[in-house]
Amino acid sequence: MLEYWLGVATLTGIYMIAVLGMSILTGFTGLFSVGHAGFMAIGAYTSALLTKTYGIPIVFGIIFAMAAALLVGLLIGYPTLKLKGDYFVIATLGIGQATKLIIENLTDITGGARGLTGIPEGSSFLTVLIIVLVVIWILSNFLRSKQGRNCVAVREDELAAASIGTKVASYKLLAMGISCALCGLSGALLAHYMQYLSPSMFSIVKSDELVMTVILGGTGSLTGSVIASLVLIPLPEVLRFGAIQEWRMVFYGLLVVLVIIFKPSGLMGNKEISIAGIRQIFKNIGLKLKHEKAK
Amino acid sequence: MRGKEAILELKHVSKNFGGITASDDICISVPRGHIYGIIGPNGAGKTTLFNMITGVYDTTEGEIYFKGKKINGLPTATIAKLGIARTFQNIRLFGSLSVYDNILTACQKNITYSLLDGLFRTPKCRSQEKAMATYCEELLEAVGLIKYRDQQADNLPYGLQRRLEIARAMATSPELILLDEPAAGMNDEESMALTAFVQSLRDKYGITIVIIDHHMDVVMALCDRITVLNFGQLLANGSPDEIQSNPDVIEAYLGVDD
Repeated sequence: MLEYWLGVATLTGIYMIAVLGMSILTGFTGLFSVGHAGFMAIGAYTSALLTKTYGIPIVFGIIFAMAAALLVGLLIGYPTLKLKGDYFVIATLGIGQATKLIIENLTDITGGARGLTGIPEGSSFLTVLIIVLVVIWILSNFLRSKQGRNCVAVREDELAAASIGTKVASYKLLAMGISCALCGLSGALLAHYMQYLSPSMFSIVKSDELVMTVILGGTGSLTGSVIASLVLIPLPEVLRFGAIQEWRMVFYGLLVVLVIIFKPSGLMGNKEISIAGIRQIFKNIGLKLKHEKAK
Repeated sequence: MRGKEAILELKHVSKNFGGITASDDICISVPRGHIYGIIGPNGAGKTTLFNMITGVYDTTEGEIYFKGKKINGLPTATIAKLGIARTFQNIRLFGSLSVYDNILTACQKNITYSLLDGLFRTPKCRSQEKAMATYCEELLEAVGLIKYRDQQADNLPYGLQRRLEIARAMATSPELILLDEPAAGMNDEESMALTAFVQSLRDKYGITIVIIDHHMDVVMALCDRITVLNFGQLLANGSPDEIQSNPDVIEAYLGVDD
């Protein structure tokens, strides 16, 4: 039983990496994507095929996976991110579906819809945990840097961002790059955890789940994305008994509606929980208690 | 008054939107260190002029020079980096960010660290961030917004939002600021405070200011020179006194008896 829950935890960590990537793109830069499962697929199949066919070490497989997802992401992003309005969303929808279809039809290489088996094992709980922590650390650094602030400025008001010297298109592309690389990483880890891949693992439903998790957690909050991932990703496992699993998307939809009605900015809004922040809270409580005593 | 050379020059600038001529053959020369006013009735093409200077639109004809360098056709962000900052007629703040973060985001000129420095928060990044933080605190203090440091920008009262927008423009350390109707919707008291504030920017920091406004008292009190536009055309150039006694201007603003 412990092994089972450790497995759930590992999967949660793996998907959380993809959600964190989406958090930068959707939450902080304000760009919606409904096709990022496609980038997970690119990462997953790149690493799986390289390690399985050529026997290269998993570490390099994962690095190539990130690079491949990043490259495709930038190639799609470069022409589409300069467009105004919804064209970018449409492009991501296209890339998500196209990736899945290509994998399904390249039967000789990817095993098609039947799936790809015999992928080397590599993602233990500990590895995933460490990678998640490193990703969170790097992203929180990013958000406190000039580059991160510029991404947020783009989300807030593109014209105002340009007027203070922010190259809007470049920062959109940067956010796209970060999200794609992290989805690639997540996909590769998934491949080496499951040791089996099939195109149906990267359907549009998966893409939607990524965006929904970010929105429910709060757009503009890394903490929110982490908490939402911890709650929502294990949910299907918790609900897997009986016919409840079929109702998962209904449950998701209901949750989204409830959040829209009661807390439109998401669980955390744009607030973050940090160690320094928690310390501050305790300090304030301490001061208050002292005050009470003095009275 | 400082040097008399022109920091900003518009040479025969025209802008057409389809068949409509928003600006027609405008020539303006703004001397360094001046507060320069642009006035005119609604639809006279004042904001269009600002949008051309900041690269939001390209000019249909004519050239714009900033410090002797041709800038029309450059992207908005590049022009901002050259040293032209602006505010907007309908305030455009980073609404869900705090007052402090609005200012901090605009402070980019002295930040040279790379993306990798940022991702791993290297000592180079830390020291530059620290310097920026100090600078922002000082700027907030100087513009009188330090009390509101952690408030969300959208929640500020209207007058303070205007002030914050100007402060954000200041944070880019510009040489020229374009203010688009900074006193719009303000009562007399607020616009008096604003007048003093704009004046202090020029006197303290030596920044050249171009201001669009409808409040005649504000413009007449502040500006060294004024340009009057009407239906996209240049009606008059001159000192406040000259403008006030110019018959064409009076006609455009008040109409004349037949």
